[in-house]
Amino acid sequence: MSQVVLNPRNAPPFPQAALPILRDTQLRKNVAHATDVIQAKRALLVAEKQDWQELRAAAAAIKDETLQHLDKYLIEFQERCTATGGTVHWASSPGDARRIIVKIVQETKAKEVIKIKTMTSAEIDLNPALIAAGIRPFETDLAELILQLGDDEPSHIVAPALHVNRSQVREIFARRMGRHDLTDDPQALTAAARTYLRTKFLGVDTAICGANFLVAETGAVTIVESEGNGRMCLTLPRTLIALAGIEKVIPKFRDLEVMLQLLARSATGERMNPYSSLWTGVTPGDGPQNFHVVLLDNGRSSILAHHTERQTLRCIRCAACQNTCPVYRQTGGHAYGSVYGGPIGAILTPQLMQLEHAQSLPYASSLCGACYEVCPVKINIPEILIDLRAQVTDRERKQMFRIFDPMYLAMRVANVVLASPWRFRWAQRLGRVGLLPFTRKDGWIHSLPSLGSRWTMTRDLRGIPNQSFRQWWRSRPTVKR
Amino acid sequence: MQASLFITCYNDTLFPETGRAVVHLLERLGVELDFHPRQTCCGQMHANTGFRAEAFSQAKRFVRLYEKAEAVVIPSTSCVAMIRDQFPGLMQELGNESLRKGFHALLPRVFELSEFLIDKLGVDDVGAYFPHRVTYHASCHGLRGLHVGDRPFRLLRKVRGIELAPLENLDRCCGFGGTFSIKNAEVSSAMLSEKLRDLLATRAEYCTALDNSCLMHLGGAMHREFAPMRTLHLAQILASTETTPMEEFA
Repeated sequence: MSQVVLNPRNAPPFPQAALPILRDTQLRKNVAHATDVIQAKRALLVAEKQDWQELRAAAAAIKDETLQHLDKYLIEFQERCTATGGTVHWASSPGDARRIIVKIVQETKAKEVIKIKTMTSAEIDLNPALIAAGIRPFETDLAELILQLGDDEPSHIVAPALHVNRSQVREIFARRMGRHDLTDDPQALTAAARTYLRTKFLGVDTAICGANFLVAETGAVTIVESEGNGRMCLTLPRTLIALAGIEKVIPKFRDLEVMLQLLARSATGERMNPYSSLWTGVTPGDGPQNFHVVLLDNGRSSILAHHTERQTLRCIRCAACQNTCPVYRQTGGHAYGSVYGGPIGAILTPQLMQLEHAQSLPYASSLCGACYEVCPVKINIPEILIDLRAQVTDRERKQMFRIFDPMYLAMRVANVVLASPWRFRWAQRLGRVGLLPFTRKDGWIHSLPSLGSRWTMTRDLRGIPNQSFRQWWRSRPTVKR
Repeated sequence: MQASLFITCYNDTLFPETGRAVVHLLERLGVELDFHPRQTCCGQMHANTGFRAEAFSQAKRFVRLYEKAEAVVIPSTSCVAMIRDQFPGLMQELGNESLRKGFHALLPRVFELSEFLIDKLGVDDVGAYFPHRVTYHASCHGLRGLHVGDRPFRLLRKVRGIELAPLENLDRCCGFGGTFSIKNAEVSSAMLSEKLRDLLATRAEYCTALDNSCLMHLGGAMHREFAPMRTLHLAQILASTETTPMEEFA
């Protein structure tokens, strides 16, 4: 598991990263089972909402309004948060964010921090930076704890340890906590985690969290979770640092009514999250007295410039697209080479990288459209995937060596052929003759060279019939009834 | 009723029997058909692989060719989805106002086969006879792109002698995805293997669909594995009658 690379800068291309995973039968079974369970719960709870489509439209509209005036809402948030005792920091790059967070922790002289699950911290590789600065991070989300103890990486944005089953969890806990008495019983495993974490909650004075929503109107930060570990981290420490992507802001407090309904049902198949925490700045004598918000750009503002791609920033990280995706179902999240796997990762990661890296991700989809159908904020993921493919192609086709790339060659030839009916007719004939040496007596092709071998590795192909449709049409008696 | 066939490039070349079945079926229902010999492709393969400039020329050709058609019938859900979902954006980008207007005037007259039968002709009983056990695979573009809904089932249920076998996980992709099946051949094959398991569990003799591209994928795997199932475009089932069984245009 340790060979998993979730940094788009040096991760292998998707098809290559997927290969070892496709051979990991245990992982595939775990992913299929977990996503089946979540999907079934989600479907049930979405079906009971009469106004689901209206809610989706409302959420998309709220997010679009926010993104249209993102500067205004972020400044409004900063003003409100500052006025209520918080400190807002702006980080344009992951490096900026890491430096800001490490500095805040160092100023408190803390040697340990507790963390709530935050994919954004994984996005900026925060933990290695903390460790390098002599600060030990403790993950307190059960899934993140499993991964941290198991020296593994997240594979899902809501349930990061979705690819691990409970026997594997028992094995990790036994090895790392010395708890050889444990069984596979989920209650026993949870109790072990609770015992392990309780000392951290009580003893560590600094916490790092993400944010589900930032409310511009009031300066409030919102975190929803299922376990209650988040509530511990948000209330017990003296110092609290929230790391949030700039797209997390929403204009009004009442917008949460729409967002929270959609998020809980889409993410975990619950009517409401077991714990929904909202706080504004600092309250004297109650909760953390030293509160910071780090606003992270890391390529997000560059996405704003594209009309189609801008939808990407509507995302509320519910993972419904991951759960429904037939590609993700086979590979899980690790193949995507980023903390953001699945359909949303396939569009978000290459954009965060400004297409300098992760160019294989827009192609990691069969364009089946299941992601768009479930997305609570109506991100047209297939549309963006196709658009990104065009951007990748436009860059690549300028490279000289692409002349010899069989895919580019095939596409160019096809274009010339399809541009003229007579060339198309001739290509049909040539294709028929050209494929004859590969066509067996039964009329089927079992093996092809070059690109064709990618098809025939698991599929036969029927040889081209002797008469095309247009030939048949022409051969018909011309007398019309 | 007059209608123009857009048979699509791959049906023309690889699945002419589907085109022939469409002709038999629609002429039996009294539709007067024409086939424009200048037609080639809708540009879907290029657009979906990222070759947008190449897709432009196919889109232009399609609009110019069918501008005057009373109705266009297309026996392929993904090609219709290309025209409905992607052409508007391409037309916008091309910036040719007369072409864009021509396209938007044409769009309501473009029909996928099952839409044409049910919405335009108003028939669900086409007088077909097909005494076999059949399962229907819902192609993603038909299901989520065109929202064909229960149209194929309404047509299939009226076929005499047919035994319909429901397919588990009907809404799950078979893993074809055009060039996805080449670029991500291994993942595509993993998806295919799972779909094949669901298909074979139906114990149907035939798997049908409204899109030969999925069927080429599924049929290719069935042939490779000597599976006791074959693929057949819905048009071929609907064209079959007691007097003209499917074999006539297979």
